[in-house]
Amino acid sequence: MKLRVEPFLWLAFSGGGVMAAVILPVLAFLFGLAFPLGWLDPPDHEHLAAVVGHPITFLVLFGANVLMLIHAAHRFRYTLYDGLQVKHRFLVGAVCYGGALLGAFLALHMLGSAT
Amino acid sequence: MSTEDLRYHPRVPVLWWTRKPSYFVFVMRELSSLFIAWLVLYLLLFVRAVGRGDAAYADFLAWATSPWLVVLNAVAFAFLVLHTITWFSLTPQAMVIDLGGRRVPPAVIIGAQYAALAVVSVLVYWLVTR
Repeated sequence: MKLRVEPFLWLAFSGGGVMAAVILPVLAFLFGLAFPLGWLDPPDHEHLAAVVGHPITFLVLFGANVLMLIHAAHRFRYTLYDGLQVKHRFLVGAVCYGGALLGAFLALHMLGSAT
Repeated sequence: MSTEDLRYHPRVPVLWWTRKPSYFVFVMRELSSLFIAWLVLYLLLFVRAVGRGDAAYADFLAWATSPWLVVLNAVAFAFLVLHTITWFSLTPQAMVIDLGGRRVPPAVIIGAQYAALAVVSVLVYWLVTR
């Protein structure tokens, strides 16, 4: 039987879609808008460092971030194919999934440095 | 023999998605992918600043108030809301659940997802701000 990679991409796409729908809104709202705009007082550094440095936080954030990056890459790939009619299939795939892979290493590095 | 591609390729104009509101929403939903990737990167930068200590964290908070960054994050948040709403409303079509021989109504599946969103949001809010 030939191993096909496409079903796994769709599975990761779905997982990332759920993560982006469930966990990302509150994070984006708090850290992107509420704290910078002063709607809420930002947490002090000591507390946030303790939360971010916890191994469970690392696992949850790493897993969610990688899935969300694959989700974004997969969806953007189809945006280029169907939306913008870009027909260079191999190039588009390499750029999209390559970007997600790069992001996964970045996530490992940045989350790891805070743990 | 010619090596020319003889399959039929209908020509689709690049701006096909501006013709109908439903097409437009479809492409906007697809574009939410870029903003999700941006938000992931932004949160990773935030975490890195926290890991680098008190001063780096203060610097990042100051940087995060730059008007262009706030505008970008507001736009990204709007695209994220579009993603969340459309993702939840499409789930019953992608996932059919049978319970005791009866199909779970789509409204129940959608409602359960909003409940999960609420629970996760409260948990994260509590964890970050307590």
